[in-house]
Amino acid sequence: MIPLSSIQHTAEDLMAKAAIEIPEDYLAGLRRCANTEKGDLSAFVIKAMLENYEAAKEDRRAMCGDTGLPRWYVKIGNEARLDGGPVALEAALRRATARATANVPLRPNRVHPLWRTDHNNNVGIGAPEIEYAFHPDADWIELTTVHKGGLFGTDYRMLFPGDGLDGIKRFYLDTLIGFGKRGLACQPAIVGIGLGGSKDTSVVLGKQASCLRVVGSRHPDPRIAALEEEFKELGNSIGMGAMGFVGSSMVIDCHIEVGYCHTGGMPMSVHMFCLSSRRACARISADGKAAFRTDPMWFTDYMRRETVEWERQAAEAAE
Amino acid sequence: MSDLKTVHLALPAATADLRQLEIGSVAYLSGRLFTGREGVYKRAVEDGLGMPADKDALGTANFHCSPAASIAPDGSYKVGAVTATASFRFAKWLGGFFKLSGCNVIIGKGGMTSETYRQFFVPNNAIYLTTVGYGTGALLGRGIKRVAGVYWLEELGLAQAVWVLDVENFGPFLVESDLDGNSLFERENKKIVPGLEKLYAGTQPATLRRYGETDDKTEEVI
Repeated sequence: MIPLSSIQHTAEDLMAKAAIEIPEDYLAGLRRCANTEKGDLSAFVIKAMLENYEAAKEDRRAMCGDTGLPRWYVKIGNEARLDGGPVALEAALRRATARATANVPLRPNRVHPLWRTDHNNNVGIGAPEIEYAFHPDADWIELTTVHKGGLFGTDYRMLFPGDGLDGIKRFYLDTLIGFGKRGLACQPAIVGIGLGGSKDTSVVLGKQASCLRVVGSRHPDPRIAALEEEFKELGNSIGMGAMGFVGSSMVIDCHIEVGYCHTGGMPMSVHMFCLSSRRACARISADGKAAFRTDPMWFTDYMRRETVEWERQAAEAAE
Repeated sequence: MSDLKTVHLALPAATADLRQLEIGSVAYLSGRLFTGREGVYKRAVEDGLGMPADKDALGTANFHCSPAASIAPDGSYKVGAVTATASFRFAKWLGGFFKLSGCNVIIGKGGMTSETYRQFFVPNNAIYLTTVGYGTGALLGRGIKRVAGVYWLEELGLAQAVWVLDVENFGPFLVESDLDGNSLFERENKKIVPGLEKLYAGTQPATLRRYGETDDKTEEVI
């Protein structure tokens, strides 16, 4: 039985870690940009950001004043038992979100869409979002929090099979150029592309592709992996760098996730996780001990399965 | 930290000092400024309530942001990081806002259009400074020496309230517009646009069009 107190303490620690500590994979990617960027203004921006991450860690203060919309991704092992069940889990995550908002502090960004009511704690109707996934043969629970800004850098479009790869490329460029000007997307970014699924699934997949995969990871389908490489290069050849200044630092990495879609359509979403790509993750084992990391390891063979039954042995034998 | 020209500007800023600023220079600020975003602009200008205090109390530099901050039960403030929000959304209130506030320095994210600068900034001898990144929240947080006051907290909430901040070596910022209304972002856009067409070579517009769609890559979405 995983104790509830352990879930709440871990969740509070994760909120602070996400807000304050830039993940190593993003940092390494930005350092590579710093080494190659020729645009003087874009290079200045990147240098300032590298200093900012240090200041955040030294002072234990949030790296960005817009601490985004804190949200949760929860992966539950099939054998995991939670003290109090899923309702208690949700209460613990809401409590941790509210407490961290006051203690870190985070900006209380969450308001009612019409009345603009602010509870000053980032909790409200449907907030924070909590998304669930499951994992076979495991007795742990994994918590990931993502703090992503919410205004620019994301778009959705219904494409059709006839639009083909060129159509995908165009919409990708449109989104990067449109939101890249003046740096509205706070690039260089981890760009996530969601392809297929229902309309809503395509948006969810793209968001997860940008926020839950680490820089340098590649899709297991080699043709999709090649597209990820191609799109990364394409984005960096626009001629635009940080803040939309002349340069080459637009895309730290590009991740594509796919889902089966309607035979007549090809829905697509693009998301840009920014210069403050904030995510933190922990696995809590059955005894309540937490192991922290920055790779959510969200997309697994199980998550991407395409067969009716899940039989790991059979799947591995077939490869 | 770079070859860019760096200037230190004292607030409230004298017009003579602002005249020295060139777009693309790095700027650091010392003195008093106040935060304001959609809630403040709407309340002050559109709802006709005016500013919550006079120029001496608020300063004459307005920062489009709200800090990641909390107020302890004893009334003390805990200010962490502070970064700007995108400024173009506030252009519609600017005419009234300059009159009410007497501001001559606007700080934010992403600037506004040179049309807005010429219409509202130039007649008021005002310039625009953009934050850097975006997201140097921790560096900016370090520059805040004191919270001199918070207005409209009850009415607008923590994230929209007017925070009056006394700052020292607060930055970095980039000079986005000068007293003539030139824009650094527009200068950069002009350099990038000629290279865009070739990226799209050989591709066709999407089968299903959308309202308001443009294929003119010189256009911006703001």
